[in-house]
Amino acid sequence: MATLLEVSGISVTFDGYRAIRNLSFSIGERELRAIIGPNGAGKTTFMDIVTGKTKPDEGRVIWGEMSRNLLKMNEAKIAQAGLGRKFQRPTVFEDQTVEDNLMMALKNPRGAFPCLFFRPAFKDRAKVEELASEVGLSDALSRKSGELSHGQKQWLEIGMLLAQEPRLMLVDEPAAGMTLAEREHTTDLLVNLAKTRAVVVVEHDMEFVRRLNCKVTVLHEGSVLAEGSLDHVTKDPRVIEVYLGR
Amino acid sequence: MKNTFIYRNPSILIFLACLAIFTLGVTLLSEAMGTAFLSTSFVKTLGKTLCLCLIAVAMDLVWGYCGILSLGHFAFFGLGGYMIGMWLMYERTRLIIVDSMAAATIPPTPQEVTDAIGGQIFGVVGSSEFPLIWTFAHSLTLQLAMVVIVPGLLALVFGWLAFRSRVTGVYLSILTQAMTLALSLYLFQNESGLRGNNGLSGLQNLPGVEASQAFVSIWFFWASAFALGAGYLLCAWVVSGKFGSVVRGIRDDEARVRFLGYSVEGYKLFIFTFTAIIAGVAGALYYPQAGIINPGEVAPIASIYLAVWVAIGGRGRLYGAVIGAALVSLISTWFTGGLVPSVPLGFYTIDWVDWWLVLLGLSFVLVTLFAPKGIGGLFDYFGHRLAPERHGADYGPDKGFLRQEEGQD
Repeated sequence: MATLLEVSGISVTFDGYRAIRNLSFSIGERELRAIIGPNGAGKTTFMDIVTGKTKPDEGRVIWGEMSRNLLKMNEAKIAQAGLGRKFQRPTVFEDQTVEDNLMMALKNPRGAFPCLFFRPAFKDRAKVEELASEVGLSDALSRKSGELSHGQKQWLEIGMLLAQEPRLMLVDEPAAGMTLAEREHTTDLLVNLAKTRAVVVVEHDMEFVRRLNCKVTVLHEGSVLAEGSLDHVTKDPRVIEVYLGR
Repeated sequence: MKNTFIYRNPSILIFLACLAIFTLGVTLLSEAMGTAFLSTSFVKTLGKTLCLCLIAVAMDLVWGYCGILSLGHFAFFGLGGYMIGMWLMYERTRLIIVDSMAAATIPPTPQEVTDAIGGQIFGVVGSSEFPLIWTFAHSLTLQLAMVVIVPGLLALVFGWLAFRSRVTGVYLSILTQAMTLALSLYLFQNESGLRGNNGLSGLQNLPGVEASQAFVSIWFFWASAFALGAGYLLCAWVVSGKFGSVVRGIRDDEARVRFLGYSVEGYKLFIFTFTAIIAGVAGALYYPQAGIINPGEVAPIASIYLAVWVAIGGRGRLYGAVIGAALVSLISTWFTGGLVPSVPLGFYTIDWVDWWLVLLGLSFVLVTLFAPKGIGGLFDYFGHRLAPERHGADYGPDKGFLRQEEGQD
């Protein structure tokens, strides 16, 4: 499997607190990966670094077959390169309709001038409708997204992420606030998506991770503690100690 | 047809119709048409108000839609006024000088004419040399281009520096205030080349035009109405469609827009510069009607008034900005014109010329607290287009499809 994202030796310090210390791992193309770890393990900081929100003190983040250095790019450029991110709390544009939200996320030129003269073509509308039906929001296209329920907002955000057509999706606690049925639907969707692109799921719900049935990376105090199948890592004494002991 | 721009935004047609009727009405009642129901000075006041409405539309675009509380847009307005004022003053002085020199036995050389004009214009600041910035003042075309270029360029450079370093929120507002204050202080200096605190005057007289002010005022009124209509249409077009979506997204959640792959800085810079140009054009139409421009016009307080108008009228909707600017500036003219009778309280007499500002400040606070949508929000109220007021809470996963009025629990 070709490597899509390679993180090597990154460290970051916030006011003397080392959130990430010498973190290294890589994600291949079309790989489904779960990242677990207790609070403060550096899961969110890791995502912030990869998406360009936080600059690490040292280390490298290399992307794609061109081996581009993500640390030299800003958030917008990284997103354009094909890295999509779903936030823990659903963040959609509540003042705008579901259709506007999806249209904005749709993969099209991102510059100010192309955007000014952009008028949705037939294929754009078709794509939006297809995405809406995929996330079960077909009936809600013309509604303001602020009116949607928490779970529906989660779905809308997943739809927006799909609209971006990223090569790597970073998904932060996708199942938070979802009902049991919705969780199962989410698992299926993520497993399906990983057939065509890389998906990294950050989660602390073990049951959810078990259903994903994929390689698991355990983070602890900002570095990789263990890596392997869920059964493998849960048998690791250090992981048991971190999760249960002390 | 169903997806045309006007069809989706019916308020534009209503606005343009209202503007056209208003323009027609004022024209018919003006002195120029012989009815003289409205005095020439009042027509000028109305024309100036239309220019203020235009800059309010620009302010709404930058603040109400893009979320940048710029407290410096009157700097661009003033610059637009200065640019057109330079030509008006130069050309008018030139015509007078040429006229008076024509009587001389020896025809004046071009150099003598230029020196005489310089002496006339800059005599008040003890100089007669033309500063470098007056290089283009002889040409109307070039000076009209400057109306657009100078505010646009200033906004572009200022915005690029500010947005690139990701200055946002109140810090950006302070920075824009500092910009307009710096510009005003600079213009106050005699060395600035724009006649210091004297400013440029006599701008109401169009060089080479014999018509009376009654006609000139109505021409400018028409030009202002046209500019407002065109500017409104252009702004409405800019905020419709995907560009508008992105801009409103930047207002609501800047970081999220970045993660969608949009360069937030580029969009902000576009809006900032675009609105600065509109402000410049509005200023270029305003000051010939006012007759005089001085650095006091660029003072920081002017830009703060602008924000107050837009807030009272209703942010995030272009007609709200127009209503706010028109209403507040006209009422302000009425109060400060000394036409409102004072209120004697026995121990103290409320003189509205002084107390008007208190009243304005109070209404600003009240609008902010109790009607954040401003006067424009009334249209929603009567149009039954109330937004959900769940204060962030939703009805849960099963009831999420219920609209506000459906879920009355």
